[in-house]
Amino acid sequence: MEDLGSIRVFGLTYSYGRKVALDDVSVVLRPGRFTALLGANGAGKTTLVSLLCGLLAPLSGTIEILGFDAARDMRAALRKMGIVFQQQTLDLDLTVRQNMLYFAALHGLSGQQAKGRIAACLKRMGLDGREKEKARRLNGGHRRRLEIARALLNQPTFLILDEPTVGLDVEARGALVEHLHELCRSDGIALLWATHLVDEIWPEDDLIVLDKGRMEAAGPVSAVLAEQGCPDVLSAFRKIAGMSGPDEAGETKA
Amino acid sequence: MTTGATPYLVCLRGIVWREALRFIYQRERFIAALVRPLIWLFIFAVGFRSILGVSIVPPYETYITYETYIVPGLAAMIQLFNGMQSSLTLVYDREMGSMRVLLTSPMPRWFLLFSKLMAGTFVSLIQVYLFLVIAELTIVDLPLGGMLLLFPVLLVTGLMLGALGMLLSSTIRQLENFAGIMNFVIFPMFFLSSALYPLWKMRESSDLLYWICALNPFTQVVESVRFTLYLEANPLALAVVCASFVVFLALAVLGYDPKKGLIRRRAAD
Repeated sequence: MEDLGSIRVFGLTYSYGRKVALDDVSVVLRPGRFTALLGANGAGKTTLVSLLCGLLAPLSGTIEILGFDAARDMRAALRKMGIVFQQQTLDLDLTVRQNMLYFAALHGLSGQQAKGRIAACLKRMGLDGREKEKARRLNGGHRRRLEIARALLNQPTFLILDEPTVGLDVEARGALVEHLHELCRSDGIALLWATHLVDEIWPEDDLIVLDKGRMEAAGPVSAVLAEQGCPDVLSAFRKIAGMSGPDEAGETKA
Repeated sequence: MTTGATPYLVCLRGIVWREALRFIYQRERFIAALVRPLIWLFIFAVGFRSILGVSIVPPYETYITYETYIVPGLAAMIQLFNGMQSSLTLVYDREMGSMRVLLTSPMPRWFLLFSKLMAGTFVSLIQVYLFLVIAELTIVDLPLGGMLLLFPVLLVTGLMLGALGMLLSSTIRQLENFAGIMNFVIFPMFFLSSALYPLWKMRESSDLLYWICALNPFTQVVESVRFTLYLEANPLALAVVCASFVVFLALAVLGYDPKKGLIRRRAAD
């Protein structure tokens, strides 16, 4: 029987002109699982995210999101998806509540329905009581929390976060990673977390390693480590990416 | 999500509401949009009044002053600049990322882009009416009936110029390239139209320029506004505006289609 809670990508290829960004990538994301998409800058993470949310169309390959074929019914898939982009996408001149209301409107959520959900999502992300503050006045961590609260507004079953901890301090980063692991477990959401920071990946997570547009490893973290014969994610990543020393790992560090 | 037409209305209202809020918060933008036509009206038009005589041309029934002649053109100019401002905003939103939030809404993309156009047009309507009221109170006589009748026409002309801006925005990769739009689109469209001088006067100087002006869709915007303001009909001009709107919107939707669009995103991840 078809698994309607999963996201299945098969043979995905994309290029920008002659530059191949993704080359024959196939992955499966499962409900209730925190899947880390690990890769250095330029590995193809954002391209994969853009393809998954319909901002780009694949040159070849198929994407099936929660039972919907993305090529034919992306809109139905988007109704079930929450997305947090790498770049900040808040309207800084609007208040916290106005940002949420705008997003609710984009999903066709009206009046009372939106109000209830906004209150619940803000509370969940620890932003209750700050509804009337301009987004500009929030610090980096709270802006990210607001974007996540916004992404939860349509009660998604598939949540994508593209390097959401960029620009956050260590404490805010840790809190966010913990919170999202908890959210994934409690709500049974299929969660894709694109990152280049290995300390954001927990031993019980699923892991996809991208390198220069190619998928080099995929599976539960423990299985990937066993396959690579490495004690931790950092050394496994270095081995996969062919890095010999710490300098070559660039920003991909614990 | 609620079903039927309601989600569409909620979405449209939300996009217009956001644009209105941004407009309220960005007072400088509002003032700049109003000052530009007022300078043309109070300085340029008054200065040229004695030099440029305008003989009887439809829809006017008698000789008119030059400032009376250019008021419709300046109203259209507000919408032209507003359309290009919307285009600038779209490029900015795309660079800053907030366009992604719009384009990942489950609503149809054509509807989202149309809603953006409606939002921009709504803002331009406020600006045009404020300009017309100031002009009426100070320097020209405008028929009240014409001003009221102008509303649906301004809606269509605003949508058409907004769609043109949207189409242009789909071809611009970087914000820095926007200056080119000013030089190669806004100024030629404005000056090669009937906004500042009647076309017969242009024909006296150059037949070629006359035809360029006559074929410029912005001329039809100006003439639609001019005729309606004086309670006359110009079906041809209005038909050209409507047809141009459909063509520009269709091309803009195509431009923002990830499968066929002109935008190929940079490899920046």
